[in-house]
Amino acid sequence: MRGATNAGWAACAVAVALAATACGGGSDSGGDGRAVLSSSWTDPQNPLEPANTNEVQGGKVLSMIFRGLKQYDPKTGEAEDMVAERIETTDSQNYSVTIKDGWTFSNGEKVTAKSFVDAWNYGASLKNNQKNAYFFSYIEGYDKVHPAQGAQSAETMSGLKVTGERTFTVRLSQKFSSFPDTLGYNAFVPLPRAFYDDHDGWLAKPVGNGPYAVESYTKGSQMRLTKWDAYPGEDAAQNAGVTLKVYTDNNTAYTDLMAGNLDLVDDVPAQQLKNVANDLGDRYLNTPAGIIQTLAFPFYDRNWNKAGSVKVRKGLSRAINREQITDTIFQKTRTPATDWTSPVLGAEGGYKEGLCGEWCEYDADAAKKLIEEGGGLPGGQVKITYNADTGSHKLWVDAVCNSINNALDNDRACVGNPIGTFADFRSKSTTQKLSGPFRAGWQMDYPLTQNFLQPLYYTNASSNDGKWSNKEFDRLVDEANAETDPATAVEMFQKAEAVVRDNMAAIPLWYQNGSAGWSERLSNVALNPFSVPVYDQIKVG
Amino acid sequence: MGRYVVRRLVQMVPVFIGSTLLIFLMVNVMGDPIAGLCGDRQCDAATAAQLKKEFGLDQPVWQQYLTYMGNVFTGDFGTAFNGQEVTELMSTAFPVTIRLTVVAICFEVLIGITLGVVTGLRRGRPIDTGVLLLTLVVISVPTFVTGLLLQLLLGVERNWIRPSVSPEAPFGELIVPGLVLASVSLAYVTRLTRTSIAENRRSDYVRTAIAKGLPRHRVVTRHLLRNSLIPVVTFIGADIGFLMGGAIVTERIFNIHGVGYQLYQGILRQNTQTVVGFVTVLVLVFLLCNLVVDLLYAVLDPRIRYA
Repeated sequence: MRGATNAGWAACAVAVALAATACGGGSDSGGDGRAVLSSSWTDPQNPLEPANTNEVQGGKVLSMIFRGLKQYDPKTGEAEDMVAERIETTDSQNYSVTIKDGWTFSNGEKVTAKSFVDAWNYGASLKNNQKNAYFFSYIEGYDKVHPAQGAQSAETMSGLKVTGERTFTVRLSQKFSSFPDTLGYNAFVPLPRAFYDDHDGWLAKPVGNGPYAVESYTKGSQMRLTKWDAYPGEDAAQNAGVTLKVYTDNNTAYTDLMAGNLDLVDDVPAQQLKNVANDLGDRYLNTPAGIIQTLAFPFYDRNWNKAGSVKVRKGLSRAINREQITDTIFQKTRTPATDWTSPVLGAEGGYKEGLCGEWCEYDADAAKKLIEEGGGLPGGQVKITYNADTGSHKLWVDAVCNSINNALDNDRACVGNPIGTFADFRSKSTTQKLSGPFRAGWQMDYPLTQNFLQPLYYTNASSNDGKWSNKEFDRLVDEANAETDPATAVEMFQKAEAVVRDNMAAIPLWYQNGSAGWSERLSNVALNPFSVPVYDQIKVG
Repeated sequence: MGRYVVRRLVQMVPVFIGSTLLIFLMVNVMGDPIAGLCGDRQCDAATAAQLKKEFGLDQPVWQQYLTYMGNVFTGDFGTAFNGQEVTELMSTAFPVTIRLTVVAICFEVLIGITLGVVTGLRRGRPIDTGVLLLTLVVISVPTFVTGLLLQLLLGVERNWIRPSVSPEAPFGELIVPGLVLASVSLAYVTRLTRTSIAENRRSDYVRTAIAKGLPRHRVVTRHLLRNSLIPVVTFIGADIGFLMGGAIVTERIFNIHGVGYQLYQGILRQNTQTVVGFVTVLVLVFLLCNLVVDLLYAVLDPRIRYA
């Protein structure tokens, strides 16, 4: 009877297998049944230290468990006082900060002036390898704790002084009128003692002063956050908690949302955009984020920095049919750009629709004429360099090239030049090894015009990869930074932006939108200017 | 036998060193990993230099390789860029992938060999033709198509399974992904077994066994199947290594946080430590699987002896 037993065993195995599958499908649909929501996530690239997190996924967590001096309004992008009671200055260079009474970390420790000053000093110090250290570069003494070369000669920045339990002063190395508005960024949050005393322990389970507290964190798979009931702020969480689940592929996350296993997807995959209206109806959001895509030029290359080059660049800009590309390739999840900032700034914040004017409008004849006048394309062909590993860069670069080729009636006028990985692409563009236009994306650090202009176009600025340099622009930016009246400062920045336009330092392509889709259980879902869902305002049930 | 095993183990050393060196060089050719860490912005020079020093990237490649191998032999696989030890990543990723592989191999063995035996014994009958056609279809359809289709059908339309596997990845949730992962190999196993059985059916020892009056199932399982399994075992043995490293597609579709996921992320983020570490372990798995397969030959076929 040996054969029979074998067959029986196999049958049993199959039966068990089927039963197990059935169980797996039936139970647990999205969270614990209470008002806890689940949301898609990917593994943060860096350790979750506030001054070391420079991408959205880590930023998501920080925005839930921390509150800084200022907080950006999700709708207007305006910086409003959060932990700060007031931030005062008379000369745009010396600031005195007073923080509100009654704030604590979720472990009970009081939030004091020292919590801020120590955290900022930690973030700026070279030995801590914090990737956002440059945020503190306006503070006096930064060059001592974070010299461009050699060893640091100080532990703390001389510009920061604790003057009382709830007060401290900041001295900047230059006038910077919108400095208080930068303080809503995650890098400026306060840190509890536990961060320094038990660093590994803190990283395994971060503790902050925000509306949520980390309940458990399994690196690489999920994080459970629960509402902190004793949260002293006004924006207490409207739900009981959030479970962040790591997804390798945003397609799978979307499928899980469809199947009812996930409540919120904050990055709807491009392939699904056609189905979104059908699948989700009005449970889908598509709003501008603080991201602009441009084509930057290698100004270190003589070919792109000749007398007629401005005309060639303007001609290329006019040869790109932005409208058509954003409609067909991106299904309207990008908006054609008409300036060099972003709509999230709002008109008051410095966004000026149509600042680019005719230079960003598609006109094949004008494009052809401009390029001819400018002496033709260098070498007879433009190669647009991009990284092929992430995003849908290949798709749009090919489309842009198509548009240029059609406008110029020349099949070989433009080709894409893919580079395998993002890291390789970055290392080539930052070391000036590219010889033609290249993809340049900019995600703002804080919602200010200054952030869209200075780091990208100021002479030798941190992200000025094309090495564009213009004295007039530099002067206008310096003046704008020194201006105490915000409205006048914005005006000055727009003048500087006009210089960028007149020289076509970079071709603006489109503003990127943030997207989110959610299940029927949720309501009141919104994205903040950084395209992170405003978790604390989401209502469940 | 013992001497044979020792000889084989010694042979593994140059293979191991050669393959790790190759993968180390390949990852290094991809460019500067630090540049990708700072997003769409340039890392400031001081921080970049400091990070390079910390990860040992400022030394020449050969020195990096020597240091790395030295560390590997003491069990230290280095640290990934997100601050996690690679060994920690391995301890979470490998159990998941091993479970997935076990499920896949079970499918291959149970379904593949059974179908192979059935069709091999009934050559030319409708069932044989039917299964042959089916295996052709399975082989020609790419894994990601079967995976996405099953996920949509069973996960979204029918709601029988969860479309994504939870982080703990228990066996129950791995059945459908395992089936998807096994599908192509399963078809090969069926075809291999079928051919082998059909050939051996006509051999002398089977006729002798039947003539002795043994019951049919005993002839098939003891004599026919055992001798026909050699090519199948070779295939499955090599497949274990392949399934463990090649599950990237399946793991992505079903959101399984296993070896494929870590490798994929390691490559995207140019994380030398993760990629080399995982590949090193995979190389070891391949080598050991091959050894076990060779030893199994002797068990299956008494005529094969190792000295």
